[in-house]
Amino acid sequence: MSAHAGGYSANPRIRWIEWLPFVLAIAAFFALPEYLSLGARILIYILYALSLDLILGYAGIITLGHSAYFGLGAYVAGILGARLGVSDPLVQLVAAAAAGGLLGIATGAIILRTRALTLLMLTLAITSVCLEIANKATPVTGGADGLSGIVVAPILGLFRFDLFGKTAFLYCLVALLIGWLAVRRLIYSPFGASLTGLRENPLRMHAIGAPVYWRLVLVYTISTTLAGVAGALITQTNQFVGLNVLGFESGGELLVMLVLGGVGRLYGAFVGPLVYLVAQDFLAKQFPEYWYLGIGAMLIVVVMFARGGILGIVDSIVRRLWRRA
Amino acid sequence: MSAAALETRGLCKSFGALTVADDIDFRLEPGARHALIGPNGAGKTTFVNMLTGALRPSSGRILLQGEDVTAVRQAARVKRGLGRTFQINQLFRRLSVLDNVALGVAERRGVARRMWKPASRHAEVRDESLALLASLGLADDADQRVLDLPYGKQRLVEIAIALGLKPKVLLLDEPAAGVPSLESHRILEVLDRLPADISILIIEHDMDLVFRFARRITVLVQGEVLLEGAPEEIAKDRRVHQVYLGEQRHV
Repeated sequence: MSAHAGGYSANPRIRWIEWLPFVLAIAAFFALPEYLSLGARILIYILYALSLDLILGYAGIITLGHSAYFGLGAYVAGILGARLGVSDPLVQLVAAAAAGGLLGIATGAIILRTRALTLLMLTLAITSVCLEIANKATPVTGGADGLSGIVVAPILGLFRFDLFGKTAFLYCLVALLIGWLAVRRLIYSPFGASLTGLRENPLRMHAIGAPVYWRLVLVYTISTTLAGVAGALITQTNQFVGLNVLGFESGGELLVMLVLGGVGRLYGAFVGPLVYLVAQDFLAKQFPEYWYLGIGAMLIVVVMFARGGILGIVDSIVRRLWRRA
Repeated sequence: MSAAALETRGLCKSFGALTVADDIDFRLEPGARHALIGPNGAGKTTFVNMLTGALRPSSGRILLQGEDVTAVRQAARVKRGLGRTFQINQLFRRLSVLDNVALGVAERRGVARRMWKPASRHAEVRDESLALLASLGLADDADQRVLDLPYGKQRLVEIAIALGLKPKVLLLDEPAAGVPSLESHRILEVLDRLPADISILIIEHDMDLVFRFARRITVLVQGEVLLEGAPEEIAKDRRVHQVYLGEQRHV
């Protein structure tokens, strides 16, 4: 599973191994019924991580504040379901996507004029501001208590969200499938190729006549739209939304997952959340007080020995075996 | 007098008290092979950066094919036919040689913003890029990553990207910089074969290359045009020897 780089000589056909995550998800659906809520959470975080990989791994936009858009999507879906009586899940999803996109274009248009450390600080500021608004606007958001009593009607009027999380799992899987196909399509397109150009050398992109700023704003908006969708999914599957979806911790956690899996490889966004959330679940049960230690150790190993993340390690092992054969 | 390919009138640039371009009047004729020379710190790169739009002049005007582009942004000047190469490689290092060129070709053809059809199915971009690489002797390197190429070939990629924009005016900022003299003839060969209708301004330190390539030379010293003329006149001029050629020979 090599890095998916796109470009003008890349074969865009989907290889069989790329279906593996979906095959595994279906298998897990039948084999591990008691883990479906963890499973749905993993699927949502994969979609969320994909949205981050698009801007960080491909376009080279560094951010710690992606949780602003995820959190906004989560709260929009929650407020619609709990306060405004809009219970249709697809309507909530579209509204959350639109909100994520709108905040993305509004903030992106400002912060993408800057670069590197300044940009990083501004992304942090945005998610911190969102966190504070959610915290203080208690009548709307529930403040620190969170927002409960969120009504989510059956999907298309047919599929009720059940107690075992079966519907939620499949719903998230379909959303991920669509999101993945869209992101993959984008990466292999000329637009995707130009994103890697922006990552590699913005100065040269100016010199070949590319509208650098507008292209960054556009990809940022696409990414924040996807993050908004992921946020709505987390609200709908939990039927609750709390402050933990916003802020630096949430944004940082996502970055850790992506780095763990591998940045700019498309499937790093699949591997990272899977490993991170499973490890978190396991460690939190075994060592309730020290589980962060295990996560930290894992991250240190990856960053010190495998800059390409877990997929980077897999890549180099495969390449070595290939050479020997 | 017909419109120059590129022209500056009274171009000035100062950073605080430091004047790096002082009232530069300059004309690049259509189809020109024009060299800009001058000692280190003469303001050559600043001048080029103003021409491309990377740097805003303090005063004066820039005309591209007779039209005032002083306020036009860099990307829009590229669209109007102004291409450049960089003194220090500005490449997409982790991308293939083909993609390095194709990114520019795609921008020129207006397909770079397309989001649906895969890039590799845009055969027109791919074929044009491959043909361009072949014409520069880089056909076999198309799939190599730029960072795996020897430096001399990287310099050729630098030129290839600019040519992919089909510029009417091409600014070459020290195309042979850092290339061992044994290999610099490859660069010169490529330059010699550039289409005659491209107007070229070359900034170069390698005097052999300048005198073999250029049919007109402008000497820039401390932000001012010291002299402009045919290569023979420049070679004979005593002031040029003092400030530039003399200095070069002692090194």
